[in-house]
Amino acid sequence: MTDGAEALRQTPLRDRHQALGARLVGFGGWEMPLQYAGIIDEHHAVRRAAGLFDLSHMGEIWVTGSGAGEGLAAALVTDPPRLAVGRAHYSMIVAPDGGIIDDLIVYRLAHDRFLVVPNASNADRVAAEMEPRLAGFEATMEDASAHTALIAIQGPLARVILAPLTDVDLGALKYYAIAEGQAAGVAALVARTGYTGEDGFELFLAPAAVPAVWDRLMAAGAPSGLVPAGLGARDTLRLEAGMPLYGNELGPDATPMEAGLDRLVKFDKAGDFIGRAALEAARDAGPRKQLVGLSIRGRGIARHGYPVYLPGQEAPVGEVTSGTLSPTLGQAIAMAYVPVSSASPGTMLEVGVRASRVPAEVVPLPFYERPA
Amino acid sequence: MNVPEDLRYTSDHEWLRMESDEGTVGITAYAADELGDIVFVELPAPGSRLEAGSTFGAIESVKTASDLFAPVSGDILAVNEQLNGSPELINSDPYGEGWMLRVRLDDPSALEALEDAAAYRARIGAA
Repeated sequence: MTDGAEALRQTPLRDRHQALGARLVGFGGWEMPLQYAGIIDEHHAVRRAAGLFDLSHMGEIWVTGSGAGEGLAAALVTDPPRLAVGRAHYSMIVAPDGGIIDDLIVYRLAHDRFLVVPNASNADRVAAEMEPRLAGFEATMEDASAHTALIAIQGPLARVILAPLTDVDLGALKYYAIAEGQAAGVAALVARTGYTGEDGFELFLAPAAVPAVWDRLMAAGAPSGLVPAGLGARDTLRLEAGMPLYGNELGPDATPMEAGLDRLVKFDKAGDFIGRAALEAARDAGPRKQLVGLSIRGRGIARHGYPVYLPGQEAPVGEVTSGTLSPTLGQAIAMAYVPVSSASPGTMLEVGVRASRVPAEVVPLPFYERPA
Repeated sequence: MNVPEDLRYTSDHEWLRMESDEGTVGITAYAADELGDIVFVELPAPGSRLEAGSTFGAIESVKTASDLFAPVSGDILAVNEQLNGSPELINSDPYGEGWMLRVRLDDPSALEALEDAAAYRARIGAA
């Protein structure tokens, strides 16, 4: 996940990360904290208490106007006009051939106002793809990525830590909902979304306001176990939660259906959308491969790019997309694309880990679900 | 960064400690820190051979996997079985309880080809 040496963009929290002893790495064109105290400690803190993440690298694209919803419905696989004001959904933008360009969160702030959040590494591409797709609609697009910061507080204690610092009624804010208000005294969009498998909130803020909000949250939360958490823990947390990552599970070679995200593609929506014909053909032909969870049954850790085999066969039939030692489960887990015929839970496969083949069992996703 | 004076080092961040013609091998504090939380180590069986410059095993942190390279050639006398259950010893005590192998060197003078503490310190940019 480390980029080359070209100039990296810095978030407004870079000084905080340095003071906290973070290891900073290039990610999606930004200099970001990989870890502070250590990935495992940060991971456990998010599962047991709460973690504070700097996600200022993520993109923020506003789409406004009386035709904004319709325009987004034509640009994306989901149907944003169906969103109630104040709600959000997970979405994707695909190429005309159905390949995934990026996964996104779409928030509806008003009848005619939507916020689209792409991955950092794809933000420019998504903006460039969306502009012509929206051209025929009463919609204006503004890429606000450069002047919007984003932090996330995630974990079972996130709500009690944040609640005294915001005028948004967090108890009434549903999962995948968003509200405009204040956080630590400054204007914020507060969303109950995240990428960890825990309850939590994401705060969209003006960059200049972020350091003070970060400090207030840390001061308020540290006594109950809030810690700063980096991209390393974000990755192990999302993997346990079975959440796909662009560049690993998602990319131009996979359709949403193959990624197990059939539910996102609203074939029944009114009007055409980019990729519809290709995705309909792919749906009718059936998936070429299926994303599955693997529980590694031998010694070793399956990593991105490692081959997957049917037991006793020479040629690989699939590929690991993400893998790690799950800090919560204390066992190696992975996601992989495998043939549909080998995708049923209980199927025994093998992963090539260096010179050896390690047994792996197909298991249902997610690996981890938070206690109800 | 801790770089003990009495050890020899490879450019791949392994260390070698000599006691008569027997050496102990591990990875440096710098390498352990770079890897982050170490969760798995794959080591050869006692009795097998170590060939200088060749891969003798692998080490995995939460984030990444990395090969281990033999600093010298020789017969492996012992491996640190404790690392199977407690690989984090490599993070907490890389030059002590985090040791990996004991080896009888084919040629004890081979250690002269390895870096001393000053050279290794310069390599990692440590003061």
